[in-house]
Amino acid sequence: MKEALVEKYFRKGHLPHLWCPGCGNGTVLGAIVTAIDNLKLDKNDVALISGIGCSSRSSGYVDFNTANTVHGRALPIATGLKMARPDMNVVVASGDGDCSAIGGNHLIHAARRNIDLTLVVFNNSIYGMTGGQYSPLTPPGFKATTAPYLTIEPMFDILELARAAGATFTARATSYHVPLLTSLIEKGIAHKGFSIIEAVTGCPTNFGRQNKIAAPALMMAWQRDHGVMKAKWDKMTPEEREGKFPIGLLSERNDVTEYTKAYDEIIKRAQGAEA
Amino acid sequence: MALKFVTSRCKGCGICAYFCPKKVLTVTELNKAAIAEGKENDCISCGQCEMRCPDYAIFVEREAK
Ligand SMILES: Cc1ncc(C[n+]2csc(CCOP(=O)(O)OP(=O)(O)O)c2C)c(N)n1
Ligand code: SF4
Ligand code: SF4
Ligand code: SF4
Repeated sequence: MKEALVEKYFRKGHLPHLWCPGCGNGTVLGAIVTAIDNLKLDKNDVALISGIGCSSRSSGYVDFNTANTVHGRALPIATGLKMARPDMNVVVASGDGDCSAIGGNHLIHAARRNIDLTLVVFNNSIYGMTGGQYSPLTPPGFKATTAPYLTIEPMFDILELARAAGATFTARATSYHVPLLTSLIEKGIAHKGFSIIEAVTGCPTNFGRQNKIAAPALMMAWQRDHGVMKAKWDKMTPEEREGKFPIGLLSERNDVTEYTKAYDEIIKRAQGAEA
Repeated sequence: MALKFVTSRCKGCGICAYFCPKKVLTVTELNKAAIAEGKENDCISCGQCEMRCPDYAIFVEREAK
């Protein structure tokens, strides 16, 4: 991230942040801040709401309207804020555990309502903060403190899940692909409806060490080598796709009413307009 | 052009050095990013280090034109 943006958006005295050396959270937060700056939004018109987890610490470092809330409950709290202040650009930062395990139900219903929130999922495939338990986004065949003999559960594709539930903007990038991640977050914020951007990122400490890929740069190199741009992905055979994942804008639709707009009609009806 | 290191924030993760296309950077014994010996004039200001550093500890200072 550019130095001027640190000066402009970070809370003074809060750096260095407390994330581990090489943790991808700092890079993903940098992409969020850069996206907001590119959109030329006033700081006061932006809210960053997070849940609980290492990644959710991100809201504490930046000078927007912020709240580091309750594990799994970032989306409900962001929903309340958006209902009260539909003019606010509400961005949500949530870990893979935060938004797909304890918060999974909130995710599908926020998506179903198509409320204008921009959810950035910091997907490091693990519960980082609590010491490396597997999450619904941990792929099978990896070690976790709760899976000493390797994980056997299939993982969610969180973007397919959200799209099926009603999300009108789904996209994926990684902490290696920073310009792509930044531009997708930018588009997600501009999109009027529920946007979800999965940021594939590394937890060198609690995923890497157990799985013998603790060097942060190697985790990023893995992202470089396994993320495939959607245009290319669409032409690949199932064999070629094995172990890889698509990145880029994966789905977008603009034909669904956004929730706060629909709610405006309720207010009008309640105030006596013809039903 | 010049590289600026904010040493107090650098955690020595090595991400900047690993992806530098010109192998300009190294991590010193003190666990801080620095310019490698003999590479003082090799930086091409591509910005990859600045873009990925998780700790906002390395910046490419571009001359105002
Ligand atoms: C209600 C509740 N249950 C459990 C916890 C313990 N807890 C804190 S963070 C966390 C998981 C964090 O994992 P993730 O959301 O993936 O974020 P990361 O730390 O990896 O960024 C858990 C289970 C909690 N704080 N609150
Ligand atoms: S435990 Fe993992 S996710 Fe948490 S700060 Fe350390 S590297 Fe990052
Ligand atoms: S990427 Fe940043 S924190 Fe890591 S070694 Fe380089 S300057 Fe230091
Ligand atoms: S700007 Fe590019 S060439 Fe210069 S040190 Fe950074 S990564 Fe290397």
